[in-house]
Amino acid sequence: MPRIALTLGPVFFHWPADRLADFYRRIADQAAVDRVHVGEVVCGKRMPFSDSIWPEVIERLERGGKEVVLSTLAAPATVRERRAVNDWCSEGRLVEINDVTAIPARSGQAFVIGPFVNVYNESTARFFAARGARTICPPVELSLDAIGSIARNCSDVDFEIFAFGRLPLALSGRCYHARLNNLHKDSCQFTCEQDPDGLAVDTIGGQEFLAVNGVQTLSNQVQAFCPTPEDLRAQGIRRLRLSPHTADMVAVAEAYRGLLDGAQSPASTRFALSCLDLPGGMVDGYLSGKPGFHSEGQST
Amino acid sequence: MELICPAGTPATLRAAVVAGADAVYCGFRNETNARNFPGLNFSTAELAEGVRFAHDHGKKVLVAINTFAQPGRVDLWHKAVDEAAQCGADAVIAADLAVLDHAANCHPGLRLHLSVQAAASTPEAVKFYVDAFRVRRVVLPRVLSVQEIAALNRMIDVETEAFVFGGLCVMVEGRCYLSSYATGKSPNLSGVCSPPEHVTYEDDAEGTAARLAGFTIDRYAQSQPTGYPTLCKGRFTAGGKTSYLFEDPVSLNAGGVLAGLKAAGVTALKIEGRQRGKAYVTEVVRAFRRAVDAVEAGGDAAEIDRILAGMSEGGRQTEGAYKKTWR
Repeated sequence: MPRIALTLGPVFFHWPADRLADFYRRIADQAAVDRVHVGEVVCGKRMPFSDSIWPEVIERLERGGKEVVLSTLAAPATVRERRAVNDWCSEGRLVEINDVTAIPARSGQAFVIGPFVNVYNESTARFFAARGARTICPPVELSLDAIGSIARNCSDVDFEIFAFGRLPLALSGRCYHARLNNLHKDSCQFTCEQDPDGLAVDTIGGQEFLAVNGVQTLSNQVQAFCPTPEDLRAQGIRRLRLSPHTADMVAVAEAYRGLLDGAQSPASTRFALSCLDLPGGMVDGYLSGKPGFHSEGQST
Repeated sequence: MELICPAGTPATLRAAVVAGADAVYCGFRNETNARNFPGLNFSTAELAEGVRFAHDHGKKVLVAINTFAQPGRVDLWHKAVDEAAQCGADAVIAADLAVLDHAANCHPGLRLHLSVQAAASTPEAVKFYVDAFRVRRVVLPRVLSVQEIAALNRMIDVETEAFVFGGLCVMVEGRCYLSSYATGKSPNLSGVCSPPEHVTYEDDAEGTAARLAGFTIDRYAQSQPTGYPTLCKGRFTAGGKTSYLFEDPVSLNAGGVLAGLKAAGVTALKIEGRQRGKAYVTEVVRAFRRAVDAVEAGGDAAEIDRILAGMSEGGRQTEGAYKKTWR
């Protein structure tokens, strides 16, 4: 039976360079993940803070036996941001494309399509496969059945499901951390750094609902999709993606590895995850075709 | 500059043509259309008749097939493109690669416009769609300032179209799943945002709460008129502050930057509102016809302001991302 691989997605949040470097050192040495994404995907303004650490982080991860993927910006806009996308596309390592801006620079070489690119059907998946897509992590709002239907019709690509972490729900030209602090994006003072898992956004009725991270809006709740490996194999899924948070990601990876190896049940995996310091309640509704904030898994 | 106007019904299409639209955009009555609302949109026969009417008046019809095809059902989207071509549509507006690819391969003579739902905002992204599908016009995402549009136009060699009036997305179009997170339905999945079947209003001691799928989006005092709970235009609490965090309940009115958009090299101006009635569309199209003609004739800002005064429906308006301070 093919082994289902684990991917650690890019860090969405504005972590200081030291924190990022420490995080990846521990991942390199201890995390049961096969592939690790590095790089800033949310806000180009943050890039100068982390640019200098990546060579060492990448070297350390590769020494630790991880396959490294360079993730590119989801909404590049400025000349500098577009150049950064192009630079990473020509770096030689596997690249994650999060906006079609990167396609001309990468077409014909292997790439990963990230969850910010709209792959909603098998025709689109095959279009990208013909240009070099090796892995596709579809938009988070698609159901497992929909992803399976695409995956079964595009067998030369690994399909990856966004299994763990606050769900990336939207991007804007406007920075909400700046807006909340009466600042403009262009002089934002990087207040997003104060919220290493994003800032909780509640309804005026007091319900936990969303979270903001600069220009990004996420779910307040944490995706915690815990399928059986058989469920995934039946749908042609070959990878699960774990999205970094300040919670113990080594423990998250271990819980998922146990699940995918059949050593832990979905229920015990969910229990193990619920014991960690997560920034919100656990949900998985999207995968069963329900609203994203539903949690189907709790009833099984 | 061309004036591109919305039509949710055949009667609105005719009204928009008569009121001064250069082109009308509309869609089929199914999920291929990002305004898939009950009671709206066109059958194939209605579209054919609408195209005949517009062409008789020397105007164009653009067909929006601008949602993302569902797995295993791509044929429905292909068929919509085939029918638009058969009806004599002047262009198809699409975002999904599956739809663009089919149109480019099977209808090489059919003009393709890239939908705002594709959110192509860099020269590289535009080049990708032009090279892959021979896209002739790009509808610009509502995140660019006028200066950025001018810079983009200098680097690309296709037409651009900019929204000037109506509803305003604050998120990058086509990449927002807020609606499905709460309701299971979204623009990309179902052609709707914050769908009405999930909306409830509940009165309590403090007034009326407007909810979407049980989430309170806004609250109104008894004396206030209630608004529609569009998710990104609600009031939320974050960091101890309650505010319209994402966007105030405003609509777009780019009347003040029409001359700037012309100078930036924009080919076409688009009015949002395929869900709007005939009377509204007539009034807005008439006013914008006069405003665009005045801009083309070199009219000053005060004259444009005068023409577009009274276009606010009592609601608040913004020039959105066209002014850089919006961010």
